[in-house]
Amino acid sequence: MSDPTNPTTPTPALDLEQVRTELASARGRHYWRSLDELANRPGFDALMAREFPRQAPGLLDAVDRRQFMQLMGASLALAGLSACTRQPAETIMPYVKAPEDIIPGRPLYFATAMPIGGIGTGLLVESHMGRPTKIEGNPDHPSSLGATDAFAQASVLGLYDPDRSQVISSAGEIRPWSAFTAALDQALAAQTASGGAGLRILTDNITSPTLAGQIAALLTKYPNSHWHQWDPIARDSARLGARMALGVDADVRYRFVDADVVVALDADFLGSGPAQVRNLRDFSVRRKPGGSMNRLYAVESSPTVTGARADHRMAVKASAVEFFAWALAGQLGVAPQKPKNVPPEYAKWIAALAKDLMAHRGRSIVVPGDHQSPGVHALAHALNIALGNVGKTVICTEPVAAQPVYSMASLKELVAAMAAGQVDVLLMLGTNPVATAPADLDFAARLEKVGFRAHLGLYDDETAQLCHWHIPEAHYLESWGDVRSEEGTISIIQPLIAPLYDGKSVLEVMAAANGRPQSGYDLVRAFWGDKRKAAGDFDRWWRTTLHDGLIPDTALAPKAIGVRSNWIDTIIQNHDGKQDDTEGLELVYRLDSGVLDGRFANNGWLQEAPRPITKLTWDNAALISPATARRLKLQNEDVVELTHRGRKLEVPVWIVPGNADDSITLALGYGRKRAGRVGDGVGVDANLIRTSDAAWIAAGVTLAKTPRTYPLATTQEHHSMEGRHLVREATLAEYTHEPAFARELVEEPAKDMTMYPPHPYEGAAWGMTIDLASCVGCNACVIACNAENNIPVVGKEQVAAGREMQWIRIDRYFEGEETNPTIVHQPVPCMQCENAPCEVVCPVNATVHSSEGLNDMVYNRCVGTKYCSNNCPYKVRRFNFFKYQDWTTESLKLARNPDVTVRSYGVMEKCTYCVQRISQARIVSRREDRDVRDGEVVTACAQACPAGSIVFGDLNDPESRVAKTKADARNYSLLGDLNTRPRTTYLASVRNPNPELES
Amino acid sequence: MSPPPTSPPDVTVRQPFIEPGHTFESVTDKIGAIVLDQGVRRGWLIGFTISFALLMLLLFALTNLVAQGIGIWGINVPVAWGFDIVNFVWWIGIGHAGTLISAILLLLRQQWRTSINRFAEAMTLFAVACAGIYPIAHLGRPWLAYWLFPYPNTMGMWPNFRSPLVWDVFAVSTYATVSFMFWFVGLIPDLATLRDRSESRVGRFIYGMLAMGWRGSALHWHRYETAYLLLAGLSTPLVVSVHTIVSFDFAVSVVPGWHATIFPPYFVAGAIYAGFAMVLTLAIPLRRYYGLQDFITLRHLDNMARVMLATGLVVAYGYMMETFVAWYSASNYEAFMVTNRFFGPYNKLYWALIFCNVIAPQVLWFKKLRLHQGWLFLTSIIVSIGMWLERYIIIVVSLHRDFLPSSWGMYAGTRWDWATFVGTMGLFMSLLFLFIRFLPMISIFEMRTMVPDAKVDEDAHAGGAH
Repeated sequence: MSDPTNPTTPTPALDLEQVRTELASARGRHYWRSLDELANRPGFDALMAREFPRQAPGLLDAVDRRQFMQLMGASLALAGLSACTRQPAETIMPYVKAPEDIIPGRPLYFATAMPIGGIGTGLLVESHMGRPTKIEGNPDHPSSLGATDAFAQASVLGLYDPDRSQVISSAGEIRPWSAFTAALDQALAAQTASGGAGLRILTDNITSPTLAGQIAALLTKYPNSHWHQWDPIARDSARLGARMALGVDADVRYRFVDADVVVALDADFLGSGPAQVRNLRDFSVRRKPGGSMNRLYAVESSPTVTGARADHRMAVKASAVEFFAWALAGQLGVAPQKPKNVPPEYAKWIAALAKDLMAHRGRSIVVPGDHQSPGVHALAHALNIALGNVGKTVICTEPVAAQPVYSMASLKELVAAMAAGQVDVLLMLGTNPVATAPADLDFAARLEKVGFRAHLGLYDDETAQLCHWHIPEAHYLESWGDVRSEEGTISIIQPLIAPLYDGKSVLEVMAAANGRPQSGYDLVRAFWGDKRKAAGDFDRWWRTTLHDGLIPDTALAPKAIGVRSNWIDTIIQNHDGKQDDTEGLELVYRLDSGVLDGRFANNGWLQEAPRPITKLTWDNAALISPATARRLKLQNEDVVELTHRGRKLEVPVWIVPGNADDSITLALGYGRKRAGRVGDGVGVDANLIRTSDAAWIAAGVTLAKTPRTYPLATTQEHHSMEGRHLVREATLAEYTHEPAFARELVEEPAKDMTMYPPHPYEGAAWGMTIDLASCVGCNACVIACNAENNIPVVGKEQVAAGREMQWIRIDRYFEGEETNPTIVHQPVPCMQCENAPCEVVCPVNATVHSSEGLNDMVYNRCVGTKYCSNNCPYKVRRFNFFKYQDWTTESLKLARNPDVTVRSYGVMEKCTYCVQRISQARIVSRREDRDVRDGEVVTACAQACPAGSIVFGDLNDPESRVAKTKADARNYSLLGDLNTRPRTTYLASVRNPNPELES
Repeated sequence: MSPPPTSPPDVTVRQPFIEPGHTFESVTDKIGAIVLDQGVRRGWLIGFTISFALLMLLLFALTNLVAQGIGIWGINVPVAWGFDIVNFVWWIGIGHAGTLISAILLLLRQQWRTSINRFAEAMTLFAVACAGIYPIAHLGRPWLAYWLFPYPNTMGMWPNFRSPLVWDVFAVSTYATVSFMFWFVGLIPDLATLRDRSESRVGRFIYGMLAMGWRGSALHWHRYETAYLLLAGLSTPLVVSVHTIVSFDFAVSVVPGWHATIFPPYFVAGAIYAGFAMVLTLAIPLRRYYGLQDFITLRHLDNMARVMLATGLVVAYGYMMETFVAWYSASNYEAFMVTNRFFGPYNKLYWALIFCNVIAPQVLWFKKLRLHQGWLFLTSIIVSIGMWLERYIIIVVSLHRDFLPSSWGMYAGTRWDWATFVGTMGLFMSLLFLFIRFLPMISIFEMRTMVPDAKVDEDAHAGGAH
């Protein structure tokens, strides 16, 4: 050590700042070595003397070793401390006053609404410590009534999707919001002179009053500008059909509760469309064989859940449905003339159907399909009017859309204007036309001609890629807004979480375009504050509205309608006496029950949910009938080349019993190129062959077989019940004759045929019934279970290998002739057997029986012998063959239910009857010193079910709903002859066929 | 190496179990020389190299299995057991002949067992070692396999004694332990012989350690005989119990095709069938390569072929009864299971099984073919394949279509399944090659009791280990 007092030793100056920087750059072990080096450096002592003068004299004196060490230690420590880099000041604070209602570990529920295509469904969202994890329906909301569809259930995964667009970007660079608003202002300023002649806005269907106000303001400011609406799921045919028959715009709603006879003209009203949840709930009320059961006739090209539930189903080509409807109208005298050449198989049906309809005038409904021709809609209007249904079971109202348009025409106008170079500024808000527009519009190429292109979207998608500006859209769970449901009720959309990625809502972008950028909250509040000025006490109204999730009495009022004269002329001209458009193949485009039009393509839950009829996952396919497949020598997974007007598309084939012959059905929404990591390249893009004038049904399609095959992943490879009494079904007449028909079919072992005394279940004994008479297999329960129980997505290869993980699956069987089979659905969760075969064989007691009769799965204890799965007759157990769960993506961690274990590799799992909900209810009830009330525990599947088919509760409570459904004569056990004594039982299905058509 | 007999000699029923002309000295020389004098032969080296390479493949496959997860195999729901359990049962079955030959034939005083019991026992051990890999490797979390043992632990958990898998743990581990003891105790006098005759220091040291101080005194022999007989008595029930318990894995379940009362005897017979087939598969080439025709005579082969034929008929009866009971039970599921075996997607495998296990062995009715080594070797290979197919049919084909048609699926082994299977063959062969190189594959001292001299002057010579 150098002697600082010795002047002959040149000591390099060492100051505290230098030491600090040096130490700041060192980390870990290196840091401590730096300290040692520092202590040995010349000049250190001088520094010490300067910084710590009181200790310094000690250093200068001759010191003993012990004292030296003490001083050195202290000095080093102090030097080290003072060398730390200062952290930025971020004040953290405990809750001095805790936010009201937040109890760690207990969720809160907030009302909001989810818009799809501008139509809202009222929801209650479960929030754990500020993060939404689970969607439930809002029981007070008329389009939900407490249930939801699969899309709403899956939207929570959409919120946390790590592939969502996260930054505002321009030409590949990340830019701030202010840069966008500046650029937008500049672009709009150039439009002021021409009154916005070059300004176009493209949105999807808009019902939001606040947003409509913003758009109106912009249109007023730039009077020559145009607002286009393109929504791939828009119901254009309904719009045009109403104009054709009634001469006015009108929306139609159905009251299935009051309908005795329902005719679906290629209409999947139970499985798609904005009113699906409400329709299914209303419809299921009338499917109880004990009450007055309705009768459903379905005429459709490809089987849908509606057709599967129908009492009579006829497969006809989609292009022949209009002819069928016309023939029906002719039979009923609604159409001035009957079509000629009605085939005999139609004639018999139509005669019986017409008779049934006439017998139920005012209590029947004719429902046209959304993708059917306007003519079918016009005919349906005329039929409903003639049958006296309008105002009773069929309600017509003003359109719910802020500005009703013919969506395809609106898009065509925009494309024409772009092609003509008339568009200078184009704002595409919440829409992805490059991916969703039909091929003949050539949207992408035309878009290039626009000078200023801005896109707002959840994903950096196909459209975003071609735009100058892309702004990430805020998810509905993170933005303020308002929306109308299909029957008009307005809900305020309130966010559950601050935007994860600084997204902006359509409303906020429109406000910026209007030159008054404001937060969504301010905009919505200001709009409604203005509207409610006269009523007074706005704050109170606002709080009530947010709490209830809807503004009462905003449903649209019924409106009187009447048919136009000569409305049927175009239909008659169209057909010219022919039954359908073509002799050859037709191609029918349908919205997909999983990804819709492609907007949910990056949602793994929806991609992996088996489609209700085909049980396909992760792909679309050309659906054809068995007869057509035989004629064209096709097998499942053969790749065919479809040609329509010179456009070609290669697509794998999937054979569906009950499909109309010579009709090919292809789902939209696949083959996305920039959907995200999940959705990219999944399936084939039907829009590549689709044209705007044949947007839903294309005639004159040719099909050529290619030598290639393409693997498709299905969750069900076998479609027959093999004569086993799995789904038990009877006609209403048979049921009336013998209500307990289901139990008569199979002899079950007597419960006392055992050496052991019966196990007493004191306290609760949980049980479930599933009503097969009302279940349509819509998948809402499957996705709800995914969300509630942290079920991983496994991907196409694993599904193909037979390793899907969904805890509740919906079995689908075809019975009868392949041209017109009976299609049945059967949801299968864990049966929670009282004599559970799985429990006996587990060598480590990882699956055991609880005191309340649950078959518990102990993940921690499971070593993964898989014996339980082999021995489960219902095959409801799911094994983690790999580490399926994503353990690394941060955003997905937020999506998980904190009450449910996240399973890792190598363990078995299965349905638990949502044991976490049972525990929660038990804790609450014990604190209040009472039993768990009936209805207090609802499993996720039962809660989501729009048909109310699933009932759960305590079997020991004779007053519980489930005790009553178990006492129903239709109640039976699946595979009860094995003496497993399942706690989950089924209410047998009953259909109500027309005796006249029974032959 | 002596040339193979060109034509089957006239073997009478009472032909001796050792060719004439052997003395105590020549027996010890002949068998001991394989270990001590012949060194590393080329054929052995090639065989061992291939086997060792396959053993390395097993290590690779298992490492990858643990690293990636058992998803690399072809199993799924509904077929959650595939190659893993098929191979487990197959190997365990092969391991049956050893104990049967050693214990039961000893107790029944079947002298012909003497020349084949040593390597049959070794084969048993190696087969059980191969089998033992599967139940551990097939676990989702193999590192927790010890949870199947009842040991006091802080979790306060016991295994579930109702589960046949727990019974399996006891059955297989007991079987492995007793088989090893039996084999090792039987080796001791021969190890002493090798110790005495070995010319290398290392050899003397190692064989000396293993011989555990055997001096061949009368007391030693007395205790040895008692111990050996006791172990034989212990092993005898194991012959029946192990495969009975393995069959419970299936019989206790509810799966159609598994849930059958005939399984225990049917499995035991099948195991002996497979075991003898494997002994023949190994003995025929071995006796030729090492010139042991004098000790493993055609009469031995003939006897083993008869056992195979008998057990093969029991197995065939088992197949018949499975089909009969399926009809007789009037159970829809059972009937479907049989129909599915006959005509379902795996029907080719079923008919191949019937050919291998029922039709092909019928040639053994003919003495000429029983004594023809080529035919016998071929038949034994066919039976081994047949027994593998039998387990595949029972496990995979029963599982792939059980109760609910919605859950039916298909199964096929992946390359990792095959790598593991071939790898265990590598383990088996590697151990076997090491065994024949370093230990006497035929019991020297027992063979000496077969020499005519032993009969003449039993008292003067018995027990000498020179």
